[in-house]
Amino acid sequence: MSIEQIIFIVLSSIAIAAALGVILSKNPVNSVLCMIICFVAIAGHYIMLNAQFLFIVHLIVYTGAIMVLFLFVLMMMNLNAEIEPQKRNWLKYAGAISGGALLLVLVGALREASLPAINAGASSDIGLISNLGKTLFTSYVVPFELSSVLFLSAMVGAVVIGRK
Amino acid sequence: MTLLTIAIDWFYVTEKILLISAVLGVSLVIAMYSTWLERKVAAWIQDRRGPNRAGPFGLLQPLADGGKLFFKEEIIPSTANKFLFILGPSMAMLTACMTSAVIPWGDVLTIAGREVSLQIADINIGVLWVIMVVGMGVYGIMIGGWASNNKFSLLAACRGASQVISYELPMGLALIALFMISGSPSLKDIVEQQRESGIWNVFLQPVGFLIFLICAFAECNRTPFDLPEAENELNGGYHLEYSSMKLGFYLFAEYINMFISSVLMATLYFGGYHFWFLDSLGLSPNMVTILGMVILFGKTIMFIFFFMWVRWTLPRFRYDQLMKLGWKILIPLALVNMIVTGGVILYRTIGF
Repeated sequence: MSIEQIIFIVLSSIAIAAALGVILSKNPVNSVLCMIICFVAIAGHYIMLNAQFLFIVHLIVYTGAIMVLFLFVLMMMNLNAEIEPQKRNWLKYAGAISGGALLLVLVGALREASLPAINAGASSDIGLISNLGKTLFTSYVVPFELSSVLFLSAMVGAVVIGRK
Repeated sequence: MTLLTIAIDWFYVTEKILLISAVLGVSLVIAMYSTWLERKVAAWIQDRRGPNRAGPFGLLQPLADGGKLFFKEEIIPSTANKFLFILGPSMAMLTACMTSAVIPWGDVLTIAGREVSLQIADINIGVLWVIMVVGMGVYGIMIGGWASNNKFSLLAACRGASQVISYELPMGLALIALFMISGSPSLKDIVEQQRESGIWNVFLQPVGFLIFLICAFAECNRTPFDLPEAENELNGGYHLEYSSMKLGFYLFAEYINMFISSVLMATLYFGGYHFWFLDSLGLSPNMVTILGMVILFGKTIMFIFFFMWVRWTLPRFRYDQLMKLGWKILIPLALVNMIVTGGVILYRTIGF
């Protein structure tokens, strides 16, 4: 076993254990904290693939911003622990079915996918910030600009709703 | 038969471990003496004497304070979530110490023919790492405030979180303008570029520096932005239920954050370990590196003093004023600064 394999196994087991913690823990705040651990472990995998920019953006956006927002809302909602929302049965089934459907789609998509970046492992340097920037602004400039327009419109929408 | 064949460069690992211990030790000692300096500066501004009983000039006062905090009774409220209650201050301390990994503390030292870089990790995402750690810094305050199971702590934690999130945006935008000038987000490259041209970034980015400075105050929860610990409104803030060394960790993390912010400002905008004419004095390279380190610490201590000067001069903002300053003044200003910088760079590279 090389050191990469050891790190991979450790990170993967942390990620899977944390992911199980998200769905199994009773306290929603603990779920969110487990999710943060899971994200950090996945960010470790990005580093193993030499995708430094993806690693840091994943941590800034998901762990640093979105999960803080989640935690924020949950901490405010959790103030009244007595008023638990009733757990309906059909909600459980709907969750299980939609989650299963998503799993099927993901497995189906990944089964036939070619993964040159992952197969190349740490020897690929497409994940470094300058290479990624050049690729985004030359080969993929149209989708990149389209998605930035989408983000801009979302921001403007939020401001317009906030002004009302 | 060996099951594990791990190829590790032991010299490299030892070198990095020594460097990490040195950086951590220096950060802790400087943070410790910042508490002493803060009291001395406060006393000086308010025309008092300050601590002068423990040791000469009160120099042993931080040790006495540390000892006091260690020996105080440790109280965990019975309604608190015990695990998270302990995790809160630990997270605050961890995130405070993490930033120092990407800061170039000096140039290369040559020891016994081996070149030792005085930077723990020269990754090419240096400044983004800083932004990431700042973002993670919220968790210490939020987890601690929530786990205390106290309305005042929770209120303070929410204030702290929204403040840090709001001021991250103008900080990031100010840094983007800086990247556009330096062409690299690696802190080492930014310093080397200032060293080669001899022009510190503060002269090229005065508005950006001002925005970064204000945001650094907000991120460190220092006056005039110390709303999470506004004692007359919140009975003390997010660390209301904490005692003993857990409280000490929160207070200490604030001083480490202040130290690291000062180093960052010195590195990004004030040339880091560069000083004019230092390279042309004809000293040996090792001597230049050591002098550069001393200069970096000098700049840092200047900024720490500035932090304290502001603290004992300005009153606290109101919460709505804080949000208005962040969202309605700093973000548009940072955006305009970014666009003007881009325009000037474009003009200088291709003309009209």
